[in-house]
Amino acid sequence: MLEQLARLGRVGISILAHIGRGNILLFHILGGIGDIVVRPRLLIQQLYSVGVLSMLIISVSGTFVGMVLALQGYYTLSQFGAEQSLGVVVAASLVRELGPVVAALLFAGRAGSALTAEIGLMKATEQLSGLEMMAVDPIRRILTPRFLAGVISMPLLAALFSALGIMGGYFVGVGLLGVDDGAFWSQMQSKIDLHEDIYNGVIKSFVFGWICSWIALFQGYDAVPTSEGVSRATTRTVVHSSLAVLGIDFILTALMFGG
Amino acid sequence: MTSDTEPLVKIRGLRFFRGERAIFDGVDIDITRGSITAIMGPSGTGKTTLLKLISGQLRPQGGTIEVNGQNIHQLSRRALYRLRIRMGMLFQSGALLTDVSVFDNVAYPLQEHAHLPPSMIRKLVMLKLEAVGLRGARDLMPSALSGGMARRVALARAIALDPMMIMYDEPFTGQDPISLGVLVQLIRALNDASRLTSIIVSHDVQETTEIADYIYVISDGRVIDHGPPDAMMHSDAPWTGQFMRGLANGPVPFHYPAPGLEQDLLGA
Ligand SMILES: Nc1ncnc2c1ncn2[C@@H]1O[C@H](COP(=O)(O)OP(=O)(O)O)[C@@H](O)[C@H]1O
Ligand SMILES: [Mg+2]
Repeated sequence: MLEQLARLGRVGISILAHIGRGNILLFHILGGIGDIVVRPRLLIQQLYSVGVLSMLIISVSGTFVGMVLALQGYYTLSQFGAEQSLGVVVAASLVRELGPVVAALLFAGRAGSALTAEIGLMKATEQLSGLEMMAVDPIRRILTPRFLAGVISMPLLAALFSALGIMGGYFVGVGLLGVDDGAFWSQMQSKIDLHEDIYNGVIKSFVFGWICSWIALFQGYDAVPTSEGVSRATTRTVVHSSLAVLGIDFILTALMFGG
Repeated sequence: MTSDTEPLVKIRGLRFFRGERAIFDGVDIDITRGSITAIMGPSGTGKTTLLKLISGQLRPQGGTIEVNGQNIHQLSRRALYRLRIRMGMLFQSGALLTDVSVFDNVAYPLQEHAHLPPSMIRKLVMLKLEAVGLRGARDLMPSALSGGMARRVALARAIALDPMMIMYDEPFTGQDPISLGVLVQLIRALNDASRLTSIIVSHDVQETTEIADYIYVISDGRVIDHGPPDAMMHSDAPWTGQFMRGLANGPVPFHYPAPGLEQDLLGA
């Protein structure tokens, strides 16, 4: 009994220590933002590898998700004779929910895992210590630009996802299922609200970008510096990011649209 | 501030623990200016850890480390970084940045700290690469280098800012005989040419005794012997003798503690 309590206590302490280290790292990362102003090239390189290189998977997935939404939405709506509202259904689901969430999940799998592996390998091959010894702060120089790139890219990637999703929905709904072209767009235009829908979606994806980048960088930086340690850390990044995105999405949705 | 006869690195009563385990438990070491001092001991005794303590990457639980008269672990981050500019370190793996070329690796510390025009940096990089015999490899990526070449590039990078001391972590391990010879000469030449202070951490007895001016042997968290190489080779102290002459039998057992062999072979 006492034994089990002690074990529980140890697990609790190690989780708290983990969270503590994560927060310390985050503060340290944020402390380096000033350096980025002096060296914008560091950020631009990362915007490319974190953001631009994720565009393909985001575009393809967005298109397919939009096409499926249109198919599913059409059959449900047609039961109420409301097929002409298809544009609203597709756009609202994407902008409010699926755009930010699915883009974040894909981001965690594509860019997050790559970030963890990169930082973990730099640690394992002593490149981070090497920078320390050259009197260069590896957190500010290596982690901060990657974090910022993630936070900036995420809302843009989510917007890309939603935009292509709407195009996919348009192609299926109007092109294949015969929904009226004008109704598709005009209903969307009148029912989608800038504040209620679009701003909230952007806030969500900003939060997700923050969380996913933070988790990915922390896992890499905290990884056991061996090949096994790095591979475990990469897996943890994807699992933790996905759970965090889904959990936080519920809370944010309740706060934004629940009232 | 500090006189020339003071040791460059002065370690007193150093204690460092990993969890329950004492890696160092009361270690005193002096590194004389301008000399090559070797710190030897079997794998896992904490030689790499010692270098990380000297460079302030790790913090000890007790004792002091002074480098050039400054207590490393009481410096502000800024002061520590300023001091590190004057300390080079050659990592066991080389620790080159894998995503930039040999040239850019050597240029990196100069670009960060030297505030020189690009043409000047280029000249300095060429000189440093020439010193390690790899000027021709400047456009290669680190992945295209052999282990020995990578370590020489790392050496060029470590001396880029003309430091007052260099720490070598196992420089001889995993080198073929030719690059080994080159490296030994290089370390000696660098030390003598630029009044550098060198610390070599190694378990390779032969190469180390060949090059070192003074040797410390550590084991089980303590300095168990120290002296010039000749004296160490002919030491009567049983442990030192065993380690320096590479014998399996002696105070340090070759076998990890185990039950009798018959028991393991014949037992259930
Ligand atoms: N990051 C670490 N976490 C826990 N233990 C470590 C770590 N680094 C090294 N050790 C342990 O500390 C001891 C000394 O390691 P090290 O300094 O690398 O030895 P050496 O360089 O002499 O071979 C080893 O037993 C090693 O397992
Ligand atoms: Mg070592």
